[in-house]
Amino acid sequence: MSYFEASARTRILGLVDAGTFQEFCPPEMRQTSPHLARLDAPLSFDDGVAVGRARLSGHRILIAAQEGRFNGGSVGEVHGAKIRGLLDRAMTERPSAVLLLIDSGGVRLHEANAGLIAISEIMRALLRIQAAGIPAFALVGGASGAFGGMGIVTRLCNEVIMSEQGRLSLSGPEVIETVKGVEEFDSKDRALVWRVTGGKLRRAQGEATRLVEDSIPAFRAAAKELMESHFLHPLAEKSLHDLLEDQERLSERSIEFSDARDGQAVWDARLSDSSRVPEIDCEEFNRRLLAK
Amino acid sequence: MKELFDRLFGMGRHDIATEGRFLHGKAMIGEEKATVIGTFGHAAIDAVLALRISKAILEAVSEGPHPILFIADTQGQALTRHNELLGLNGYFAHIARSVDLARRCGHRLTTLINGEAVSGGFLAFGMLADRICALPGSEVRVMDLRAMSRVTKIELATLEQLARESPVFAPGVENFWRMGAIHEIWSETDNWQDRLSSAFSCNGDERAAIGFERGGRMLASPIAQCVADA
Repeated sequence: MSYFEASARTRILGLVDAGTFQEFCPPEMRQTSPHLARLDAPLSFDDGVAVGRARLSGHRILIAAQEGRFNGGSVGEVHGAKIRGLLDRAMTERPSAVLLLIDSGGVRLHEANAGLIAISEIMRALLRIQAAGIPAFALVGGASGAFGGMGIVTRLCNEVIMSEQGRLSLSGPEVIETVKGVEEFDSKDRALVWRVTGGKLRRAQGEATRLVEDSIPAFRAAAKELMESHFLHPLAEKSLHDLLEDQERLSERSIEFSDARDGQAVWDARLSDSSRVPEIDCEEFNRRLLAK
Repeated sequence: MKELFDRLFGMGRHDIATEGRFLHGKAMIGEEKATVIGTFGHAAIDAVLALRISKAILEAVSEGPHPILFIADTQGQALTRHNELLGLNGYFAHIARSVDLARRCGHRLTTLINGEAVSGGFLAFGMLADRICALPGSEVRVMDLRAMSRVTKIELATLEQLARESPVFAPGVENFWRMGAIHEIWSETDNWQDRLSSAFSCNGDERAAIGFERGGRMLASPIAQCVADA
């Protein structure tokens, strides 16, 4: 089953062990956005995100899934508070991992201030659970991608699992085109957008830690494998030494690709064979990445 | 900038260099020596500037615990295809991790908004401090209304009307104060040196609770509690 096509709840049910998902603040509680209501905009009884606990291969996890089809998965006051609350809960419940199924354009513009603040609270809560030794995984493979503040949240996670259809970045191509003009970024050129933000570019850069096929079982298998590898190598707090290494790596990238504007430049440098990259499957891509 | 630094730290009590739109140095806050890291001139934050900010934070951490003051003046993230290709979100996440490391290593962190604080630039840089103060005349927003109008295809007049009515939508320091994201708004007549010293004595993320108390965000705190305690 396609991860891209599935709804947030279908993704959760397909990822976790059957019958184990227990939702917090569920749609029956009808916690809708008062700010959307004031604008007569459509509402959702879960405000576009489902949060709860479940088991993955028998291990306890906490999980959040954004619904990309409701307002582009955007983060408003209620939506953001549900994710933040889930992360706070992780501090007492101490799950084996927290899975964030990101499918979001970022801040919900109708309630922009509340959304921006909520994302910074999520960032801080996420850093807190990681410092307490609880790993967080981001899964990115939906139509709304992981943009804006949620692009930053995604990169704060310990692991980032992407499909090639997944997109991960900061400013959306539409925003750049609107502000800077079509010659800076043509948002209608889908192949270009994908080469600049897509899963195969992010995996080649190391921004994504796994590239998987667009299927829910493939995301599940990757999450399970990463969780088990975190058991073997428990998370240590990021030290000054670790961050100085990250600093060096990011610095090298900005120098190596100082004038790059197309993902092909990255594939040329990182793959053993950079021909026809958009056409090859994940297995072939991962093989070429390892072979370099 | 010297005038601002004199007023914040006192004459002869600061040594801060500027390069491009980046500022970095040391200053005395009360009787403590602090690191000062910031941007000015409504800087657009690109990967190169982001790396300077994170490097300065990591240098401060390597010196052992002492206060760090962020001075933020940013129009937001740089909007270019090149920066998106590099993965600017990853550079911003690295700044956030550096700020978090500083906090865990015992540095007290305060942000001062001097000019404007916009969206992604503010998220990465400044918004994660323990205390956030705004100088008079500062502006805080997510996106310029004209740009928002072009992106959302909603008429500018409609957005302007909404901005007059809705504090969760409208740009403005007072709105962010009511929602708990800005702790203090300073006035021209305040003694900024004194206010800065007292700002450096807070910790924890109490913003949702403050937003509730001030009546600006009535749901964030109860909903998070509901999920956390369910």
